[in-house]
Amino acid sequence: MKDGDTLDAKSGEVEQHPTPMLDELEGGPWPSFVTGLKRLRDSKDKRYAAMMNDLLGQLEHSYEKKLGFWKGGTVSVFGYGGGIIPRFSEVADKFPESKEFHTLRVMPPPGFHYTTDVLRKLCDIWERHGSGLIAFHGQSGDIMFQGCSTEATQAAFDELNELGFDLGGAGPALRTAMSCVGQARCEQSCYDEAKAHRRIINAFLDEMHRPSLPYKFKFKFSGCGNDCVNAIHRADFAVIGTWRDDIKIDQEKVKEHVAKVGRKYTIDTVVSMCPTRAITLHDDDTLEIDNASCVRCMHCINVMTKALSPGDDKGVSIMVGGKRALKVGDLMGTMIIPFMKLETEEDFQKLEDFAETCIEFFADNALEHERIGETIDRIGLPAFLEAVGVEPDPNMVNHPRTSCYVRTDDFDDEAAKWFERKAREAGMTVAED
Amino acid sequence: MSEAAAKPRTPNESGVPDHLQYMHPVLKRNLGKWDWHDRPRVGVLHHVSKTGDEIWTVRAGTQRQMDVYTIRKLCDIGDEYAEGHVRFTTRSNIEYMVSKEEMVEPLIKALEEAGFPVGGTGASVSMISHTQGWLHCDIPGTDASGVVKSMMDMLHHEFTHEEMPNRLRITTSCCQINCGGQGDIAINVQYTKPPKINHDLVANVCERPAVVARCPVAAIRPAMVNGKPSLEVDEKKCVCCGACYPPCPPMQINGEESTKIAIWVGGKHSNARSKPTFHKLAVANLPNNPPHWPEVAEVVKKIVYAYKENARHWERMGEWIERIGWNRFFELTGLAFTKHHLDTWTGARKTMNMSAHIHF
Repeated sequence: MKDGDTLDAKSGEVEQHPTPMLDELEGGPWPSFVTGLKRLRDSKDKRYAAMMNDLLGQLEHSYEKKLGFWKGGTVSVFGYGGGIIPRFSEVADKFPESKEFHTLRVMPPPGFHYTTDVLRKLCDIWERHGSGLIAFHGQSGDIMFQGCSTEATQAAFDELNELGFDLGGAGPALRTAMSCVGQARCEQSCYDEAKAHRRIINAFLDEMHRPSLPYKFKFKFSGCGNDCVNAIHRADFAVIGTWRDDIKIDQEKVKEHVAKVGRKYTIDTVVSMCPTRAITLHDDDTLEIDNASCVRCMHCINVMTKALSPGDDKGVSIMVGGKRALKVGDLMGTMIIPFMKLETEEDFQKLEDFAETCIEFFADNALEHERIGETIDRIGLPAFLEAVGVEPDPNMVNHPRTSCYVRTDDFDDEAAKWFERKAREAGMTVAED
Repeated sequence: MSEAAAKPRTPNESGVPDHLQYMHPVLKRNLGKWDWHDRPRVGVLHHVSKTGDEIWTVRAGTQRQMDVYTIRKLCDIGDEYAEGHVRFTTRSNIEYMVSKEEMVEPLIKALEEAGFPVGGTGASVSMISHTQGWLHCDIPGTDASGVVKSMMDMLHHEFTHEEMPNRLRITTSCCQINCGGQGDIAINVQYTKPPKINHDLVANVCERPAVVARCPVAAIRPAMVNGKPSLEVDEKKCVCCGACYPPCPPMQINGEESTKIAIWVGGKHSNARSKPTFHKLAVANLPNNPPHWPEVAEVVKKIVYAYKENARHWERMGEWIERIGWNRFFELTGLAFTKHHLDTWTGARKTMNMSAHIHF
C-alpha cells in the first residue's frame, strides 16, 4: 500500500479480529487505549484501518498467549543511523497488515509545550504515513509515533522534519533529553532549564543521529531538587537547579500560613520534617532558617509556596552516573559539581564544555554496553575526577572513606592543593598563580 | 517509484525544537518571574507572577497511547474551552493553561464529559508512568497499557481527589530493565525461570561473546549443542534477569506461566525531605494475568490504602515505611516477609540493619 492511498473496499471485506480480552479494557472510568485502537481500526476510509485491525489481532494474541511477538531489526532514514525503533511481527502470517510496525522517536520541545495547531499537524502527518497511534511521551521523553511500515518511514520523517521536529536517540548514542516545566510556569525554578536542554542536546546531535558511543548517554534537566523529570535516577548527566544564598522568607505570609493551618500542623509538617533540623518556628509565628545547615531539599518551600522561595544566587548542581539495574545494579547520579552559575553565555559554554568532557571520557573509557556510572564504579571516582578535571569536594560524599585500604603517601601534597584552592576561593593570592 | 523516493531528502538536523513558539503567551512573558502558586481545587494549579499576571492550569489524565481522534478531541477542547496552548507532564497528563479564572470550570466540565479525568495534582495518585509492553516492545513480559488501564480504573477516585498523605507515584515495567523507573509503588515483571534456548538459532542470530559479557552473574558460556555453536546457561548461577534475551532472542526468558509480577515500594525521585531512594521488594510471584491483573490490583490496593490510612501528611511511601518499620509495613499490608526480601546483590550488607534498632 502506498503512502497517502486511501484504502478502498479492502478493509471492509477483511474480517475484524475478535478481541474479547481487550474488549474488557474498554469499560471503567480511565480513558481506554483499546477504544482508541478500535477507532483507528474502524476508520474504513483510512489507509491504516487494516493495519490496526491486525495490530489489535496481534495484541489480543499476546493477551491470550502471554507473550510478545515483536522483533527488532534495522530501519533508518537517510543520513541518520538511529531514532527509529524497528518492529517486525513474528506472527505476520496471521496478522500481515501490521507485519512492520516501527516507531519514530521524535524529540519534544523542552517542557513538553505544544499548541493545538502543531498537535493537529502531527496527527495529520501520522495519518498520512503511519498508524494514527502516538504516545505523549515515552519514558525516554520522545514523542513516539508508533506503527509505520519500512517504506513509509522516510516520508513520515521528512514531513515531521519539515515541520521542525527531529529524530531522538536510540541505541548506543546520546539520547533524547527531558526538562521540567521550569521557569515557564514554576516559581521554584533555579535556571533556564529549556535553554540548557536545547543548548546541550543541539551541541551533540552527531552523537545522537549517528550512534557510536559505548552505550546510551542521557541528560535530564530539573529546575530544583524536586527533580520532576527524575534526573538523578535516570540520567547519566543530571542538571539540578539550586541556590547558594538564603531561602527567601516573607514573614507576613508565614504568619498567614500558620493562622490558616495551625501552629501544631506547621511544626509537624514543616519544622519537624526539615531533614537537617534547620528550621525554627518562633513564638510570634515567624520562621527562622539556619541556611548554613539547609541542604536545599525544597520541602519547606513545597509546603509554604507563598511564604518561602529559593534564594537569588541561583545555579545548578551536576550529578553523574544514574541508571537502572543492568548490569551492576541500580545507580543514582552522584554529586560531581555541587554548584555552578548558569546565567551568562560564558556559564552555558562551561556547561557545554563539561558535558563534552564527560561524553569524551565515556567514549574513550567505557566498555561496550557500560553506562558512565558503571565506568566510574570500575575505575573509582578519583580517576574519573582527574580525567574530567574536577577537584574533590565534601559535597560529593555522604561521608569520607571508611576503608583504610588506600595508599596515602602524597596526602600532604593533596592537602596543600585543598588549602590553596580554599585560599583562591577566598580571593587570596596564591604563590603559584 | 517517485523521484523523491529515488533521491532521499537530506535531513535538517534541527535538534530539540524551540519551545517558545508553542508556549502560552502568559508563560512566555513571565519566564522566571513566577512568585507563588496554589491549588484552588484538585486538578487545577494557579500560578501568580511577580508582574501580577496569573495563569490557571487544568490537568487531565490521558491513556498516553493515543489515537489521532483522541488527540484531536483534546485539541478541540483546547481551542473551544482553553487558549490553544497545552503541555504534557512526565506522567502523560495533559495540561491546559488559561489566563482567565472563569475559563477553568467550563474547561473541567468539557474534559470530564469527554472522559478525561481531571486531577493528578498534589497529594493524589497521578497517572502511572509506563512502558510499551506487548503493544510494541520486542522483549516484553507483560502488557503495559492494559495493566495501567486496570490500575487507573481502580484508582480513579485517588486521581480525582487529593486525599493521600503526599503524592503517590506508581510505575509499571514490562521487563526487569525497568524502563518505567522508580516509584512509590512499582509494578514490574519478574522472571522466575532461566532462559529456554533455541540452539538451532543462536549461532545465526546472536553475537555470542556479547551475550556472554552481558550476563551480570557470568552464568553464560559458549557451548557446542547438537554439533552447532550455541550458548549454555549455568542454571544454578542464573538470576533470571533476562539481560541475555535482548541481544539474543533465541534465549527466551518469557514463559506463559514463568513470567511473574513483583511489586516494589518506596522509590522516590525527589530530594524533598529525604534523599532520593530506590524502590524495595514488597511481594513477588504474582501471576501475569490479563486483561485485568486482579491479583496485582489487590496487592496495589492494599498498599495504597495502608499508606493512605497510616502515613502522616507529606510523608512519601518510603518515608512512611522508614518511620513505622518494615515489620509494620508487612503487618499492615498482610504481605509475607521472606528470604527473598534479603538482598543478595553486591553491597547487599549495606542494606542490612547494622544497629540494635528494632521495631516491635
